[in-house]
Amino acid sequence: MPQPIASVNDFVVKFANVNGSGSASANRLFARAIQRMGIPATPRNIFPSNIQGLPTWYEVRVSEAGHLGARGGVDLMVAMNPQTWDQDVAAIDPGGYLFYDSTRPVPRARLRDDITLLGLPLTEICNREYADPRERQLFKNILYIGALAALLELEIPVVEALLAEQFKGKEKLIAANLHALHLGRDQARAHLPCPIGLRLRRSDGVGDRIFIDGNSAAALGAVYGGATVAAWYPITPSTSVAEAFERYCRRTRVDPATGKNRFAIVQAEDELAAIGMVIGAAWNGARAFTATSGPGISLMQEFLGLAYFAEIPAVIFDVQRGGPSTGMPTRTQQADVLLCAYASHGDTKHVLLFPQDPAESFAFGATAFDLAERLQTPVFVMLDLDIGMNERLCAPFAWDPARRYDRGKVMGFDELESGRDFGRYLDLDEDGIPWRTYPGAHPTRGAFFTRGSSKDRYARYTEAGAAYADNMQRLALKFETARGQVPHPVRHDAPEGSRLGVLYYGSTSPAMDEAAELLAARGISVDRLRIRAFPFHDDVAAFIREHETVFVVEQNRDAQLRSLLLIEAEIDPARLKRVLHYDGTPITARFIAEAIAEHVALSRIAPLRKATP
Amino acid sequence: MTFLPKPKLHHPELPTNAVGLTRRDYEGAISTLCAGCGHDSISAAIIRACFELALPPHRIAKLSGIGCSSKTPTYFLGQAHGFNSVHGRMPSVLTGANLANRDLIYLGVSGDGDSASIGLGQFAHALRRGVNMVYVVENNGVYGLTKGQFSATSDRGAKSKKGAVNADTAIDLAGLALELGASFVARSFSGDREQLVSLLKAALLHPGAAIIDCISPCVAFNNHAGSTKSYDYVRHHNEAVNRIEIITGREPIAVDYAPGTTVAVTQHDGTVLRLRKLAADYDIEDRAAAIGFLEGRRREGEIATGLLYVDPDAEDLHAHLGTIETPLNALDETALCPGADALAAINAALR
Repeated sequence: MPQPIASVNDFVVKFANVNGSGSASANRLFARAIQRMGIPATPRNIFPSNIQGLPTWYEVRVSEAGHLGARGGVDLMVAMNPQTWDQDVAAIDPGGYLFYDSTRPVPRARLRDDITLLGLPLTEICNREYADPRERQLFKNILYIGALAALLELEIPVVEALLAEQFKGKEKLIAANLHALHLGRDQARAHLPCPIGLRLRRSDGVGDRIFIDGNSAAALGAVYGGATVAAWYPITPSTSVAEAFERYCRRTRVDPATGKNRFAIVQAEDELAAIGMVIGAAWNGARAFTATSGPGISLMQEFLGLAYFAEIPAVIFDVQRGGPSTGMPTRTQQADVLLCAYASHGDTKHVLLFPQDPAESFAFGATAFDLAERLQTPVFVMLDLDIGMNERLCAPFAWDPARRYDRGKVMGFDELESGRDFGRYLDLDEDGIPWRTYPGAHPTRGAFFTRGSSKDRYARYTEAGAAYADNMQRLALKFETARGQVPHPVRHDAPEGSRLGVLYYGSTSPAMDEAAELLAARGISVDRLRIRAFPFHDDVAAFIREHETVFVVEQNRDAQLRSLLLIEAEIDPARLKRVLHYDGTPITARFIAEAIAEHVALSRIAPLRKATP
Repeated sequence: MTFLPKPKLHHPELPTNAVGLTRRDYEGAISTLCAGCGHDSISAAIIRACFELALPPHRIAKLSGIGCSSKTPTYFLGQAHGFNSVHGRMPSVLTGANLANRDLIYLGVSGDGDSASIGLGQFAHALRRGVNMVYVVENNGVYGLTKGQFSATSDRGAKSKKGAVNADTAIDLAGLALELGASFVARSFSGDREQLVSLLKAALLHPGAAIIDCISPCVAFNNHAGSTKSYDYVRHHNEAVNRIEIITGREPIAVDYAPGTTVAVTQHDGTVLRLRKLAADYDIEDRAAAIGFLEGRRREGEIATGLLYVDPDAEDLHAHLGTIETPLNALDETALCPGADALAAINAALR
């Protein structure tokens, strides 16, 4: 047997459960308790498209160094699901640990001899302790948290405090949970070799960071960004954006005097209606959004073309999942990049924002409304399931009290009354962005007809080629204007610089940051540029020019962002190497480092570091 | 088309309404539809209804989908913002617009292809939600712009201009609207201007989802013998259940009628609709009876027109959602942004 893994504050615990068994809140309690000890811990929920009875996993990566990306591998498996027993046991790294319910004996053949076995008769204990079947199930979850606390030296008072917060005001529930927690701890101490090689030590690695999922953060961004109309259709993994928006609105947007709502949320009949309502509301001067995923974007195509061509602001949160078609509804991908960038028929281009975590989901969630109204066009906030549906440690949300909404170029009553020339599609400022009016603004001036058909600068229907081309060129100019207004890329150079560059975006961020460290340890340094928006900032093309070889790291099969770069920045395809991960699990640092190292070895790129001048 | 200039000259003594506007102020660009098209009569009726109600034209938002009918908002209310959206999706755009500003009047114009085929879903759900609007379907039973295919409101057995016989069951949009919970359901005929104008006025005063299914013959492709949407056919089979005699707005009623011949409906916002009964036993507040009545007339090959149903206690979507009286599009940072302190508290709760 290999040496049991010994590690303090740096390991992966994976829980294998049955969905609908109440395990999720117990597992979350475990992750929260580690964070409360000041140790960065990142949970990931791996769940089926199902409500009850199918396998589900919850992975907690503990990383003193603060690595928040998925690592790969398992050091301690908490195997609570007989259905997946064999694959769960096989997933443990050699020298790792298996915690399991030993009520019924497990045949030797279904165990491993290169791992440490930690069996506790959980079912038997619960059956003895509790009469009600539901209690037996729920407290079994708390029982194993107590046992893990003993095994890993998780501080029991921290767990106790969290339970007290969770069940505040329900003293009976607190007492019952504490009993189960202590029972688990005591049973483990009595029967298992506590502590094991994996240990938790109080640290100060969490700081003032907050812990939240990207969907809730994006929804809060929409509240702060002044969204008043939300229209949506339920779809995994975006549903919780709308739900969180409603929750935050109920808390912050109810008029205290009348009890009436300063928001309107409609669950539409489908995604077509959802985006239609958003467009109608935005046309009429309200900030409006929808939240959806790939299949919803597919359905919205025609309307998105209308919003582009008629120049109506709209904010779309696309929480990407595995495609194509129904694909993998509960798995993550970045596979809607091209779909959104060029949504709808005809020549179209759309603004995309790529948040890396909940903090940016909040920031971009608010900024998207300013951009949409400034540019009078749809703006996509491209989350994915990994950041959308998993809670993540991130920088606290920030809001400048002096910030005012940028409502864009809107002529109101006074300007119309003063006799200022209004033509809906006149380019008065030569930035491609026209002025608009809200319906009802003035009795005799400013009315126009909004249409998806071609028009002249005064919004009059025309099929004249010159007028059509003029309009299309202005729209292209407007997209150029957008380039300077969207969030800029973020660059991290290797200390000594490198001829190797890496481009990445969105949820790949923590894995890429960690991969850079892994590569540096192997003597391969890389410069990194994190793309945060489309259209691409000029810095992106400059970064590519500066580097001999540039890797584009993505979570899709077809290297969609790379394609977008080739098309929009006219890059030589040979310069951009693909690093692609698309099995539906979050990309890992190990995967990225391996792919880049392999490429470097094969192409014998030397010297790896720039010569010092 | 809108590049055709419309003469601005008009009679110096054209009558003005309560807001000081003439009928000409409610007009739009010159129609490009075929001469004799029923849709132009509907546009004229809309102009007259809005003029007579003295509605400020710029406080009306006119929205449509795609098709001949959906072109018509260009031809009336030139001072109103218009939105020619995508095929079959006017209801969702109108719903969103209504959510943004509850103070405007929403006039949705659609056709039978737009509402009964590609947009049947949106037609249904906008009515279900009780969006405060007037939804006019200019129903000619045929696809005009693509030259004469049957639409979903074509009656089974109706003949196309080329002689094909429609085998599919017709969708009765008025009947469907009753099922779906629309709170004002009417049917009219573009050839009966008096009826249509009065129904439009009543619909504009209704504080909920009002639908008018208006049979509007297509002179180019569906006005021949064998059609059940031709001028001749509809004139011969039009069976009006009532006539709206006066609409008093918020003023008291001062006209006497013989008992039993009229019915007054007081809506919860105070407007009163007074109807002269044509079908003696017809109760316009009885939805189930209306559904049965429509089915009975349909079986006889007759087209029931008039105000078929009204719910005087109609609630609209804003009431369901509990939105504030101020239009949402008029709220600024102070009303919408919870601020930095609230955010600090949210951050604290997430640690």
